[in-house]
Amino acid sequence: MNMFEMFTGSLREELRERRGAEARLLPQGKLSGPMPWVIAIMIGLTVVASASGLALRKTANAASADVAGGVTVQIVNGSPRERDRQAQEALAALQGASGVASVRIVPQKELDALVEPWLGTTVGDDVNALPIPALIDVRLAGNANKAAVAALRQQIAARAPDARVDAQASWLAPVFEAIGALQLLAGGLIALLAFATVATVLLASRNALSNHRNTIEIVHMLGGTDAQIARIFQRSMAVDAAAGGIGGLLLGVVTIGLLGRQFAALGSGMMTAGSLGYTDWLLICCIPVAGVLLAVLTARLSVLNALKGML
Amino acid sequence: MSQHEDAEIVHFDNVGLRYGTEKEVLTDISFTLYSGRFYFLTGASGAGKTSMLKLLYLAQRPSRGLIRMFGTDAITLPRDRLPGFRRRLGVVFQDFRLVPHLSAFDNVALPLRVAGVPESDIIKPVTDMLEWVELGDRSHARPASLSGGEQQRVAIARAVIGRPDMLVADEPTGNVDPDMAEKLLRLFEALNRLGTTVVVATHDVHLIRKVPESLIMRLDKGRLSDPTGALRYPPRRQTSTLRPERAGA
Repeated sequence: MNMFEMFTGSLREELRERRGAEARLLPQGKLSGPMPWVIAIMIGLTVVASASGLALRKTANAASADVAGGVTVQIVNGSPRERDRQAQEALAALQGASGVASVRIVPQKELDALVEPWLGTTVGDDVNALPIPALIDVRLAGNANKAAVAALRQQIAARAPDARVDAQASWLAPVFEAIGALQLLAGGLIALLAFATVATVLLASRNALSNHRNTIEIVHMLGGTDAQIARIFQRSMAVDAAAGGIGGLLLGVVTIGLLGRQFAALGSGMMTAGSLGYTDWLLICCIPVAGVLLAVLTARLSVLNALKGML
Repeated sequence: MSQHEDAEIVHFDNVGLRYGTEKEVLTDISFTLYSGRFYFLTGASGAGKTSMLKLLYLAQRPSRGLIRMFGTDAITLPRDRLPGFRRRLGVVFQDFRLVPHLSAFDNVALPLRVAGVPESDIIKPVTDMLEWVELGDRSHARPASLSGGEQQRVAIARAVIGRPDMLVADEPTGNVDPDMAEKLLRLFEALNRLGTTVVVATHDVHLIRKVPESLIMRLDKGRLSDPTGALRYPPRRQTSTLRPERAGA
């Protein structure tokens, strides 16, 4: 056994002994009553709120990346011949335009598929008889900001007067705004849950201090330090918070799994893009640890603050 | 007698104590206690004995005056230094103040555990001490299952287990039979011979007479009765003429 092992071994032994001795000063496991259950609920809700926030962020990022450089050109003209002509003219103009990475006319089959849910394709329907605009899908090398869209509009205006040029992101703007609001809501919920956890731990600590005031006074009179007494409460709170944290994590993970299955059943590409990755799960697993640290810190500070009132 | 004999251990100068806005329960208290001496604090019920002891074991700050303990101003002592001072004191409370959920053994071991004494060094002295106060077979009993006298003996064992520099006891023999009272007094004397300053509050004259070398502080309605000033300015070497309140006189 080398010197380091001897040193760490004796240190461990001393810490174990000190913890054991201090643990005997107050009755353990009876400090906080329903605290593990309360913390389990708090952690469970935080896990669900965090997972929702992370999934929404991923969804928004994926959608944003998809449409960031996307521009749609619609040729709105009732005459199919004129519509096709202007589409070809616009295509030719766009192919040579600066900043355009790719450009293509959306084939009729794809257009039919797009309108199928609204207009139907049953026998006798004549989809082609409806004045559906010709669509040109343009991918820019950069973002489709207002200036880039205006430049494109100007380039094709003379050759395709019936063209309407729109950034794809502008159509999804309300969706992004809704996702942003939901993310804020998730963040707010997490903050509120953290605040509620702190408040609960504060109440539990004060209650425990009140219940054990006589014992604490005796320990004080015998030379016990504030730090010694605070450690006893911290340890009790850590045990309660750890038990609650594990329970809450399990509760949250089960809930996320059930919600995930429900959303996956929708078959939407946007929902699939929001599925959680390894990093997200790692962050979620850190929530109970953060909960324990928060509870222990709150207990320590509240106990030390209360002890200041004693001589 | 200890080699530290005659070293000043406690000094009160013009100390007054009042609770809230009530009139003073202690007024103009001035005295000096020396290391290795045995003091009795006596007086009628309500004279202020317990309040004075509270000042001695640092459970209370005075309303006015100066208190010096172990050579340090105890009034302005920072809060974080109080535990170190309290570990040098042994206290027997009038109401015992045992920890209800701890066994007799754990109550006696409490000062040692608080001071961080290793568990292996706790078992034997605590067991011996419990044997000495004739509670060896009750070491696992909780305070609620002990009689008043047994609780008092546990409280005394807890106060002396750490070999304090000063022992402060409030009516320590009030609940024990005369034989046990005598035995506990012998324990205090033994500690005193080892250098511990002992301050015992009692109104039991018989108890006082059993320690003829002791000095007596008499409290009367919150004032220290000290006609000759022997306690205020005690000489280095005591002589009978300067000990007018010697026990048994």
